[in-house]
Amino acid sequence: MSKNIINFIVTIVLAYLLSLFLPWWSVMTAALATALFIPLRKVAVFVIPFLAVLLFWFVMSYFLSSGNDFTLAKRIAVLLPLGGNPYVLMLVTGVVGGLAAGIAAIFGKQLSLVLVGRK
Amino acid sequence: MKYFKLILSFVLTIGIFFALNTKFGSIPPIGKFLNPYTGVWQNEIDESITGEVSIPDLKDNVTVHYDAELIPHVFAQNDLDLYRAQGYITAKHRLWQMEFQTFAASGRLSEIIGAAALNYDRQERRRGMGYGAEQTLNKMAEDETTSAMVQAYADGVNSYINQLEPKDLPVEYKLLDYKPEAWTPKKTALLLMYMTKMLAGGDEDMENTNALRLFGKERFDLLFPDFFDITDPIISKDTDWSFIDVPQTPTPNSTPILDSISETIDKPNPDNGSNNWAVSGKKSTTGNAILANDPHLGLNLPSIWFVMQLSTPDHNAFGATLPGALAVISGFNQHIAWGETNATRDVIDWYKIEFNADRTQYKFDNQWKDVSVRVEEIKIKGKETYKDSVLYTHHGPVVYDKNFKSDQELAGYAMQWTGHIPGNGQKTFTELNKAKNYDDYTEALKNWIAPAQNFVFASTEGDIALWIQGLLPNKWEGQGKFIMDGSKSENDWQGFIPQEFNAHTKNPERGFVSSANQHPVDETYPYYVFNDGYETYRNRVINDFFNSKDKFSVQDFKDLHNNNYNLKAAEIVPYMLEHMDNSSLTEEEKAIYDEIKTWQFNNDINEVGPSIFRQWYGKLYDMVWDEFDVEDTALEQPFAYQTIYLLKNKGDDAFMDIVDTPETETAKDLFLLAFKEAAARLIEIKAEKGDYTWVTYKATHASHLLQGLPAFSVFDIPIGGDRSIVNATSEDHGPSWRMIVEMTSPPTAFGIYPGGQSGNPGSKYYDNFIDDWAAGKYHSLNFLQSNTATDAIISTQILTPKN
Repeated sequence: MSKNIINFIVTIVLAYLLSLFLPWWSVMTAALATALFIPLRKVAVFVIPFLAVLLFWFVMSYFLSSGNDFTLAKRIAVLLPLGGNPYVLMLVTGVVGGLAAGIAAIFGKQLSLVLVGRK
Repeated sequence: MKYFKLILSFVLTIGIFFALNTKFGSIPPIGKFLNPYTGVWQNEIDESITGEVSIPDLKDNVTVHYDAELIPHVFAQNDLDLYRAQGYITAKHRLWQMEFQTFAASGRLSEIIGAAALNYDRQERRRGMGYGAEQTLNKMAEDETTSAMVQAYADGVNSYINQLEPKDLPVEYKLLDYKPEAWTPKKTALLLMYMTKMLAGGDEDMENTNALRLFGKERFDLLFPDFFDITDPIISKDTDWSFIDVPQTPTPNSTPILDSISETIDKPNPDNGSNNWAVSGKKSTTGNAILANDPHLGLNLPSIWFVMQLSTPDHNAFGATLPGALAVISGFNQHIAWGETNATRDVIDWYKIEFNADRTQYKFDNQWKDVSVRVEEIKIKGKETYKDSVLYTHHGPVVYDKNFKSDQELAGYAMQWTGHIPGNGQKTFTELNKAKNYDDYTEALKNWIAPAQNFVFASTEGDIALWIQGLLPNKWEGQGKFIMDGSKSENDWQGFIPQEFNAHTKNPERGFVSSANQHPVDETYPYYVFNDGYETYRNRVINDFFNSKDKFSVQDFKDLHNNNYNLKAAEIVPYMLEHMDNSSLTEEEKAIYDEIKTWQFNNDINEVGPSIFRQWYGKLYDMVWDEFDVEDTALEQPFAYQTIYLLKNKGDDAFMDIVDTPETETAKDLFLLAFKEAAARLIEIKAEKGDYTWVTYKATHASHLLQGLPAFSVFDIPIGGDRSIVNATSEDHGPSWRMIVEMTSPPTAFGIYPGGQSGNPGSKYYDNFIDDWAAGKYHSLNFLQSNTATDAIISTQILTPKN
């Protein structure tokens, strides 16, 4: 398995585990930690954790709201405003989480470089 | 370079965290708000209404059965457990609303929404909302039973709040990024003040004073008579008042203060009102008395009402509760049914206060009396606390002074309000919930001070009654219509009408009682009552209906609730059509003219007549009262009834003239001018919306309590009616709870309200009653006689004592 795929999976698993006792920024912690221990290269540094958390939050939002006919998601998609489309809201949710994770991962990568350099 | 990148990426990381964790203006903290673990996605649920929940300090198990409408049927073993459970259950479904309303009541909205609410908060505090709630709290504390129950309710709310995880917070908290605080008995008192303000927080003294100064006494009396030429009062005209042996306060012949006031504090919506009525057994098709109530309030979501059954081995009550207050407010038990309409009366008077040089004392009967100062500390989100010192006299708070809506250095206007008089109104409801007969009902009412209400009553024993209850000042003739000189003791309220002399009726000859916010009594009542904005249309339609035949059924009651007859239009439209010169109408205008000509005065959804009338009469009204459009002067235009009376009887009065035109207009001219303007607007509406049928024109909506957030509101509700119509549904106001109770044993009841039991916009129970409500349908209220789930029960939750 490529490092990209491993990083992707570990980010999701870690994000899930940390979410059990940390607030929303647990995705940042997860991506940072993954970036430290499973370093990636170039755009993948950002893109992999970004996609991982995007997918994770999108799917989780979908499951939370599908059982309730997307009642609230439709309303929030009016509030924000996203044309009342709950899937757009899921995408936005995913992108928000993904951005936070991706940026935290860049920091993690830089941190790992500095730490490695010191050895 | 390595370190530069490290620092840069670190700053970026902190930056994105900050950006997603902070509220910017009205944008919620987007990471907190949208994340699936604690954000709004967690609110995508219907409430959990099964299993067991342990609650501190319960003495016994409390069973809560839910029916398909999500109405909780609460069975407790004692009163304290009952009200603790009521607090818990209400918070479970309506927490954000109940807290928000008390923040609004106490002038604390700036804490939640920031400086934009500061003026509102200052106004509410200067009105003495917090002061009044403290008076209520002190009075409740004198009664051990009430204070224990109010405390139990508060503890119940808090047991709910305390077990909330961040993910469970109602969505509004997430949106505004704040958390609920502990509930206290004072918040219950504040909620009662909120209702007092809503129902007895208006007056016209300042506006009347300006009108008197501008137009003179003779003209004022023509425009604002104490009684109209027709009166169909709540307590019927043939009542014998000879039992009243305490006279009206003699007049001191004092003169009003003719100051000019430019701006007044916000008044409650003048449409706040209600209908209630009851027929006796002999006037009922089944031989059982029947009672109905429908309070007309702002149509909001979450709804102002929350329906519950509240039962102990000692009593079993069912009906509409107010989130934040204990017990059923409009409802029934196994023996009686009751409901309220607003008994508006002039219970706010204004006194001009003259201060000494440093505003520490004020003049009173040629002496100086000390003022007391109440410092109101208004916390503002993201800003420094604002301190407002409000001066209090023996009348009450000096609302207007140099710091608020007035520029007089050493003078101000103090407010005297029955809302500030200590009262244990909560006890009225806990006692009514237990009442078994007429005597218990009257005993419960004695605790009621404000807002004065018309309490309708019916019992399984066959009695019907209606008491107009409140603590009402015994005023001298004319007292309090205008601003009074606060330095003279003769202008003070000299006393109150003894409670037993409040107007009431029991088992009247006519076989029915009714109230619709009209005049409580006619001129023969021995105390001074003048027109405080009394209703003149709904009451006549209701009374005419009950005089129209011998016997009435529940179906008749439903029909009357949904009656769309527009008596106001029926009293002026034929006259306007007959007297208007229609020779100059264009073809388009003529078409509209023909439309209204065929209208039968029913405000049904598919009619165009109501829309034409609204436009036509609205334009006409503004043209008649153009004299009232005076800059920097607070004025209130005359009431509809008197306007129509003058149009028909004094069509050439100088008021009919439009001041801005060189011609001298008469009523007849105004009919045409108004019609042409109305037609132009109707044609525009047709172009904008496709048609101007009443449903399109009115577009009734129920708005979310938080600044009417469209995402959480419901629009275009297909319902007829209008203000001054028995079905009093206007754009955003109307029958907030329709209830009909037939006094079988046990009573058989129907009820519905425009909302839903859940306060969560993500719940299907948030707005699920609205369609049936609009269609004039009712839900059978499942009045459980014992703690056994029937077929109507979909789920049961047990509240258990926590060890």
